[in-house]
Amino acid sequence: MQDILQQYKTTKVEEVTVWFKAAAVKDFPKDGGACIKYKNKQIAVFNFTRENKWYACQNLCPHKLEMVLSRGMIGDDKGTPKVACPLHKKTFSLENGENLNGDLDAIATYPVKIEDNSVYVGFSE
Amino acid sequence: MEKIIVIGNGMVGYKFCEKFVAQEASKNFSITVFGEEPRPAYDRVHLSEYFENKDAKALEMAPRSWYEENKVDLITNARVTDISRKSKTITTADDTTYNYDYIVLATGSSAFVPPIKGIEKEGVFVYRTIEDLDATMNYVAKLKAEGTQKKAAILGGGLLGLEAAKALVDMGLKTSVVEFAPRLMPRQLNTDASKSLQTKLEALGIEILLSKATQQITGEEKITGMQFSEEETTPFDMLLVSAGIRPRDELAKTCNLEVGTRGGILVTNDMRTSDPNIFAIGECALLNSMIYGLVAPGYDMAEVAVAQILEDKEAVMPSAIDMSTKLKLSGIDVASFGDALNENNGVEIVYENGYEGIYKSINVDKEGKSLLGGIMVGDASDYSMLHQIFLNGMKIPENPAELILPATDGAASLGDVTDLPDEAQVCSCESVTKGQICSAIENGEATDVAGVVSITKAGTGCGGCKPMVADLTNATLKSLGITVKDTVCEHFDYNRQDLYKIIQVKGYTNFNQVLDNHGNGGHGCELCKPLIASLMATINADTANKEYAIQDSNDRFLANIQRNGTYSVVPRVPGGEITPDKLIVLGEVAKKYDLYTKITGGVRIDLFGATLNQLPHIWRELVDAGFESGHAYGKSLRTVKTCVGSTWCRYGMDEAVSFGIELENRYRGIRAPHKIKGGVSGCIRECAEARGKDFGLIAVEGGWNLYVGGNGGATPRHAELLAEQIDNETVIKYLDRYLMFYMRTAKPLQRTAAWQERLEGGLDYLKEVILQDSLGIAADLEEEMQTLVNKFECEWTQAINDPEVMKRFNHFVNSEENDDNLVFVPLRDQKMPEPWS
Repeated sequence: MQDILQQYKTTKVEEVTVWFKAAAVKDFPKDGGACIKYKNKQIAVFNFTRENKWYACQNLCPHKLEMVLSRGMIGDDKGTPKVACPLHKKTFSLENGENLNGDLDAIATYPVKIEDNSVYVGFSE
Repeated sequence: MEKIIVIGNGMVGYKFCEKFVAQEASKNFSITVFGEEPRPAYDRVHLSEYFENKDAKALEMAPRSWYEENKVDLITNARVTDISRKSKTITTADDTTYNYDYIVLATGSSAFVPPIKGIEKEGVFVYRTIEDLDATMNYVAKLKAEGTQKKAAILGGGLLGLEAAKALVDMGLKTSVVEFAPRLMPRQLNTDASKSLQTKLEALGIEILLSKATQQITGEEKITGMQFSEEETTPFDMLLVSAGIRPRDELAKTCNLEVGTRGGILVTNDMRTSDPNIFAIGECALLNSMIYGLVAPGYDMAEVAVAQILEDKEAVMPSAIDMSTKLKLSGIDVASFGDALNENNGVEIVYENGYEGIYKSINVDKEGKSLLGGIMVGDASDYSMLHQIFLNGMKIPENPAELILPATDGAASLGDVTDLPDEAQVCSCESVTKGQICSAIENGEATDVAGVVSITKAGTGCGGCKPMVADLTNATLKSLGITVKDTVCEHFDYNRQDLYKIIQVKGYTNFNQVLDNHGNGGHGCELCKPLIASLMATINADTANKEYAIQDSNDRFLANIQRNGTYSVVPRVPGGEITPDKLIVLGEVAKKYDLYTKITGGVRIDLFGATLNQLPHIWRELVDAGFESGHAYGKSLRTVKTCVGSTWCRYGMDEAVSFGIELENRYRGIRAPHKIKGGVSGCIRECAEARGKDFGLIAVEGGWNLYVGGNGGATPRHAELLAEQIDNETVIKYLDRYLMFYMRTAKPLQRTAAWQERLEGGLDYLKEVILQDSLGIAADLEEEMQTLVNKFECEWTQAINDPEVMKRFNHFVNSEENDDNLVFVPLRDQKMPEPWS
């Protein structure tokens, strides 16, 4: 099961080799998230409409290895954008993936850009 | 740069690293740690938790990344085989050599396995590492697969053995504890205290066998029993050995460091071994001719070693080392401190309450001036205070018995935490004093308990001091004139009731309006969003479809998320009455979508294992067949459970089913601070268990008795009688008022029972408000409730008729595919999610 975690590695903007066109902006809920499929990966994409910012991370919660983070509630912890897993409310920073209310391993995060009303997620492979 | 090698990555070895890297001067050193086990240091004190949750990560002292971040080179799976003091090098099992300037031996201990004939047989385990526990659990699983009731024995009635015993009982084995001494926990408890503990353990199903010297383990290859004497052999299917520890001193022996005759690496009070460049700390060290098998002295030794390496020659272990312990053994408080067994012949005072299973004893000096030690079983709530009095040599009452007698009305009980001297050590695991805790608040570093814990680390070890840390924090805040306000979260400086009024008066209709006008900026969070969603529902009769991104996990998808991220479906079956045709529809839908089917605790039918994109299809079929949402996912009315009542029952006094259906249909869909359950019984035999519900009705001569504020849950409570012999109409009137009053004033996620309990004035006040309308709000409450009732709409019917809403139920926004991570396994002709690893 741990293998599945290995598929997800944080990608920084400068490492991006593929900007994957995921879906249209309107396909994502406001102030919420949805899941996209890229190759065999599941990526959660979040639309922070209040500040017009977007974040992406693995859909896999590292706690119990379920594909659920995109269904979690988003918000901020003292200004840091975060997502709360819908299963046990583990929260993760969407800036660096860090587990904010525990000692779980950090989740992988990915860059997002918006062009012509489409949402692109950056990958290095 | 000087090089430190730490050998052993257990709790104490880790603590050495943690304390060392926290020192500024540590920059001039490099640290390499060798651990024999495959994983980084974990909390062995709480090892038995692993039996329950198999979560090795949760026990970790720090994740592997911590070592990297702090430049500690951690090498696990590596056994150090040799130390060469001449060349100042060590060698590992794979023949790699490392240089050192200092060595810290933190090799700990291994389980002591007594040399009993046959102890090598299959089915005999020790209890020390996560690997030991894995092996034990695998064997238990194998035994259980054989189907018959199996018996396990624990050899050793000490602290670890008793914890392991409870874990084995929980795994379904018949379990006996075999102890050589005539009492349990012989190092901590006297005979009477042991008896008290024994009674409690036996009540949990653990058999206690004392004064048993095991002669041999019987069986061919596998253990079949234990022979205690020629006449006495008891059959067992497995044995877990927890008979004490032996210091790991073999490495010290290879390089001729001095060791004790019965094991242990000899150290002086500066934690140096006979070689001043080699330290030994924790359970491998022999100090004052003693092995200290507790974590707190081990941590102190780590601290001394850190200071010594950094040239603080003054830092030494105190001459008297506190061996006090407090723990919860299978929910039973056990504590001992100081001279617990009264070996110094103090004057003994004993309090014993066989009825409640409480035993307490203390001993004081002959002059009655100071406390020397004590034992508590069954109730250790006063432990922290007594321990402090003992440690700080504080004055004790003229009648020392007051220290352990239960407090009676008006009698001054133990002193206040604020009376403690500043140097009093509150957290002995992390050596945190009262002064440190108070000053963290006084100088503004911390403003609440969580802040105090993160700054001082108090309470992060065994956790026994947590109540005291909380008391100290609150007392200090109070002394500074800071009132602790129960705000919702960091985004609002208001509580739920404040927000209720704000939304009602201002007429807000979405989350952003409330956050923009009354919040502290940001995006909100998982605390304030669902709360405001619930308030909008109560005030504006919104369903969860209106602003779904602020709804809690379950409300967002109108279903209950289950362990593997799939959902369960519960249609409403008001009062539990269902036609055969509807029952067939549920069966057919369950079959078509291959759903695991079970009757719920609220006697409804639950269909499990639906994927996100199946939910709307399932619900379309259910809605077409006349079902509506059961709101099993919401903080709202669940069921009104009914008995069959006078419709069929020969004892029935009234039509429980008819009235139950009416009430369930009246209050369905309303959102409240927490879930609400109801019950209606047709007579006092109470088959509907109505008094265990938030509201309950029992038919009596002349009408209904109305009970409110009951629940099951973690703190079960019977509902209290609000009104007697009232008719249907009056029941509805009072219930409208009661529920609405609760929805207006309760805290977030507070059920009626907890709300009612904390209501100032209690039940009498509630009666005044609901029955006599003392606040003059009854008409408003009724009107608000009637509006909610009139505006009810089934949110699932709404959802499946709105294509925009339907988009929510796709797993991917860019693909029709489903989550390919789901794995189900068969279970009794149905299916279940693959167990969590």
